[in-house]
Amino acid sequence: MLEVRDLKKSLGDLAVLRGVSLKMEKGDVTAIIGPSGGGKTTLLRCINFLEMADSGTLVFDGQSYNLAAIGKKDIAAIRRKTGFVFQSFNLFSNKTALQNVTEGLIIARKMPKAQANGIAMEALRQVGLSDRADHYPSQLSGGQQQRVAIARALATQPDIIYFDEPTSALDPELIGEVLSVMRDLASAGMTMLVVTHEMRFAREVSNHVIFMADGGIVEEGPSRQFFADPREERTKAFLRTISAEK
Amino acid sequence: MTERVWNILVESFPKILLPGLKMTLPLTAIAFALAMVIAIVVALIQFAHIRVLSQICRFYIWVIRGTPLLVQLFVVFYGFRAGMVMSPFWAAVLVFAVNEGAYCAETMRGALEGVPAGQIEAGYCVGMSYTQIMRRIVLPQALRTAFPSLSNGLISMVKDTSLTANITVTEMFMATQRINARYYEPLALYMEVAVIYLLFSTLLTWLQRLGEKRLSALGGKEARHA
Repeated sequence: MLEVRDLKKSLGDLAVLRGVSLKMEKGDVTAIIGPSGGGKTTLLRCINFLEMADSGTLVFDGQSYNLAAIGKKDIAAIRRKTGFVFQSFNLFSNKTALQNVTEGLIIARKMPKAQANGIAMEALRQVGLSDRADHYPSQLSGGQQQRVAIARALATQPDIIYFDEPTSALDPELIGEVLSVMRDLASAGMTMLVVTHEMRFAREVSNHVIFMADGGIVEEGPSRQFFADPREERTKAFLRTISAEK
Repeated sequence: MTERVWNILVESFPKILLPGLKMTLPLTAIAFALAMVIAIVVALIQFAHIRVLSQICRFYIWVIRGTPLLVQLFVVFYGFRAGMVMSPFWAAVLVFAVNEGAYCAETMRGALEGVPAGQIEAGYCVGMSYTQIMRRIVLPQALRTAFPSLSNGLISMVKDTSLTANITVTEMFMATQRINARYYEPLALYMEVAVIYLLFSTLLTWLQRLGEKRLSALGGKEARHA
């Protein structure tokens, strides 16, 4: 359902992405791991057009798009079918948790308010925050804010949700609640592309792992095989440093 | 205080207050409302980095902030003879709106830039358009941030309207000058008009507090600590 072909992106002289390709089927949970500055986040941002790629092709829902020269209408159409969860939550601070979730339904999709509220309450229930619907983001913990952000992405019934290091900005004790929501989503069959530093999540929840470094994919494979038997030296070294930290 | 002075003060009070209610307050209210429109438009143009228009806005702010309000009043009223086509009152409204608009535009621009860019990206990601994001997410937060500074501008404007006496607007200060010309009690009379200005400012300060309370009830106060 999602395919990226030869995505390239440079910032000045620095090649951030040097021709990245990946493919996902419906229901896939793909984890992108790798050292900071490897281009993981930029990849995610380019396929949701928060940044423009220099070249590359996106195949989404059977349609092929030129990533470097896509029109506003196509961007809007693709975004209506995708969800995005940010590292720093990015909730609308002037809206309550419920309004954060309904905004995209009522304003962008012109859905009647009552219907939107129903969907939003269901989404909040899914992330375990029905009782926080009327709270403003500032009245929520980081973990709760991120769960509202997930509900916001979920409510639009996207074909895929992109997660950009969803637990990196959280205090250690709050990471678990967010990961458990993501785990539930995965087992419910949601297609997810997750940039993460959480090796346990990559190992246990995702079915496919991509290891990125220096703007390219070093190694990828089914997660069990990837962790049990990494082929590349670079991957082995990375996994060693990670496990040494833990 | 002699009885004569006291009588002058009592007799002149309504004669000063009335032009205050008929001129000073309407002038301030209309000019400030227009200034807000100008400020929001100018700030949005700059925020969106619209090429040529942004430069025009920069030029406008540079000229207006770099020249005295009194000089601007004289240029428009005596220089361009605005009095030929409009009353002194409307000439004053024009100058005050354009003047205050420049200051408020800078306040608004700063407030717009203070809204985390991530919220704009999040808006895009849930399918909202730029206009929808600005209207529903960014502007409300920016207005809340800018509210105290904008209120400051409003309170200053009430007092600055006294400058319009120089272009023959019969507001409170000119009324006081006229009464003083008859009785020559400058200390008492100018103190009296000062007190009325103080009353107006106090009223506005009180309204500002009320407004801030209202805004923070909408999640604004806590949001600033987030």
